[in-house]
Amino acid sequence: MANEKKPMTTPVKPWTFDDHTNSYIRRAASTGIYDIRGGGAKRRVPHFDDLLFLGASMSRYPLEGYREKCETKIKLGTRFAKNPIELDIPITIAGMSFGALSGQAKEAIGRGASAAGTSTTTGDGGMTPEERGHSTKLVYQYLPSRYGMNPNDLRKADAIEIVVGQGAKPGGGGMLLGQKISDRVAEMRNLPKGIDQRSACRHPDWTGPDDLEIKILELREITGWKIPIYVKIGGARPYFDTTLAIKAGADVVVLDGMQGGTAATQDVFIEHVGQPTLACIRPAVKALQELGMHRKVQLILSGGIRTGADVAKALALGADAVSIGTAALIALGDNDPKWEKEYNKLGTTAGAYDDWHEGQDPAGITTQDPELSARLDPELAGRRLENYLKVMTLEAQTIARACGKNHILNLEPEDLCALTIEAAAMAEIPLSGTNWIPGKTEI
Amino acid sequence: MEKIDLATSSLRELNERLQQQSEVTNEKQWEVVNPKGAHAIAVGLNAPLELLIKGSTGYYCAGMNQHAQITVQGSVGPGVCENMMSGSVFIEGDASQYAGATGHGGLLTIKGNAASRCGISMKGINIVVHGNIGHMSAFMGQSGNLVVLGNAGDALGDSLYEARLFIRGKVSSLGADCIEKEMRPEHREILQDLLTKSGADANVADFKRYGSARKLYNFDIDNAGDY
Ligand SMILES: Cc1cc2nc3c(=O)[nH]c(=O)nc-3n(C[C@H](O)[C@H](O)[C@H](O)COP(=O)(O)O)c2cc1C
Repeated sequence: MANEKKPMTTPVKPWTFDDHTNSYIRRAASTGIYDIRGGGAKRRVPHFDDLLFLGASMSRYPLEGYREKCETKIKLGTRFAKNPIELDIPITIAGMSFGALSGQAKEAIGRGASAAGTSTTTGDGGMTPEERGHSTKLVYQYLPSRYGMNPNDLRKADAIEIVVGQGAKPGGGGMLLGQKISDRVAEMRNLPKGIDQRSACRHPDWTGPDDLEIKILELREITGWKIPIYVKIGGARPYFDTTLAIKAGADVVVLDGMQGGTAATQDVFIEHVGQPTLACIRPAVKALQELGMHRKVQLILSGGIRTGADVAKALALGADAVSIGTAALIALGDNDPKWEKEYNKLGTTAGAYDDWHEGQDPAGITTQDPELSARLDPELAGRRLENYLKVMTLEAQTIARACGKNHILNLEPEDLCALTIEAAAMAEIPLSGTNWIPGKTEI
Repeated sequence: MEKIDLATSSLRELNERLQQQSEVTNEKQWEVVNPKGAHAIAVGLNAPLELLIKGSTGYYCAGMNQHAQITVQGSVGPGVCENMMSGSVFIEGDASQYAGATGHGGLLTIKGNAASRCGISMKGINIVVHGNIGHMSAFMGQSGNLVVLGNAGDALGDSLYEARLFIRGKVSSLGADCIEKEMRPEHREILQDLLTKSGADANVADFKRYGSARKLYNFDIDNAGDY
């Protein structure tokens, strides 16, 4: 007994102070500045994975796959615009700026989206001729910074998207760091090369919904009431924000939940501000329904859309379309393991690379470096995006047919059940195996 | 002279007729009567028209103007000439908030006073205010010139980039990273030219120039309190 080694418990690292937290503290202590990064929230929050479709049964007849039609065409902006946007698929490409993305990446997105019959969106920094030229339907963002905003481009747009907020940072502005400011980016933004370019968090010439109504009037007058006007909001108070956007005269509301990507924002903002995408939809749909505007003012949902199942679930909960940012970049080649050695050199690994603001993207997508961006072949990358969009559409159609729907927009909440109590409460869908919607019905 | 009466024509008819004029139009002279504070009057014009608005207007008068010369015989609401590209606009009365916001070019002259945030985020426009301007004017101003014959309110030129500010009167306070700068011959030339073009009776020697100290151009933790 005397010689026996005393038994010890295995060392325990605290849950509160795990390795990542400790590395965060060391980083903050050594640099004195918060972490800025791209991408969306990395923490797990209740999401579409926590919902399931029920499929058909005795009381619901499925449609024959490959034989019976399940339509996917949608129209956006039918409320006031003379020329609403007609799309073949209910998946659009979200606003991502030239500046954040290379010219090649923007071209690839235009090519892929157009081939798949959908729209793409400019971003903070204005409209480039490549993007306009390669996009059959282009939405022009109207942002607080107004970088590159001009009436000639406005008149070339197929729709205008007034950006009030983004899911990654509701209430936050933006920052394009000096190292990404090439001559061209600087010129488009009327600023000297190499300096940090801040994007304001509030619009310079309006505040609040009453002003927004007048701003929308002005934009309609400039564009002759021809093109739709979208209002994009971050997932903060979706019920009130949707209500106010509709009252201000929006044709389309774009709602971006907290998992939504960004080009560059403080990590603390991305992870701690805003509501999960899943929790944003029903309050927004309720606002539309209460004003008699559901399907009249269209709702585009974004923030963590990855698969055809996500698309189908978003539509079933009441959205008219979805929008993708991060997923589109991955389709082009972002975070591809084939660049692993280079990711390692940057101190990261494929799948985790998020320093999109630093301009050193090995895949040539989130950079302005001519050598890196030349790695992306816009035709090939565009083809990949087209394939991906088509796969998602086929998947959503497959689910819709199995639920007996001849149009993808006929999917409804009744087609779903929830896997967790949280998801049931957020999406207002009964917990699987029960009739229980927490907060709505008795157990 | 073409005349549009907003008592009998709609805003849409007004803007449509003005927007339809091409660069080479013969119908250059236009007059708008009974504006009665309506919003978005004469927005998105894209031809060298001479337009006289007889009365006061609401928000965003002359928004995104290109080429047109517009005179308002009255006062204007918020956001006059927002994002103006070119041309010139003359306001005989006062202007509300955000006058000339994000303007890229052209000349905006305000005979009276301008309220807060005059020239906010300006990107190349020239603005001459014969009276005073309110607080936070030229906030994040990127380029262009703001000339003020009267006084400026608090936090002038906060977070300024490369816009130049020429003030004759008192400045209540300067915003973060805005400092007084030396008036060099090239600045006197710019100022004299703008005074002449905007019909201002003032002496260049009475003005001070303010601009960016450029300390906040690249993030530095030691300046965190100023951001
Ligand atoms: C690289 C990048 C740049 C972005 N730039 C903008 C922008 O300029 N304006 C904007 O409103 N949103 C911007 N976003 C947000 C997207 O429009 C969209 O809301 C978000 O990407 C949707 O979430 P997802 O990335 O999970 O698909 C950007 C996102 C990314 C990934």
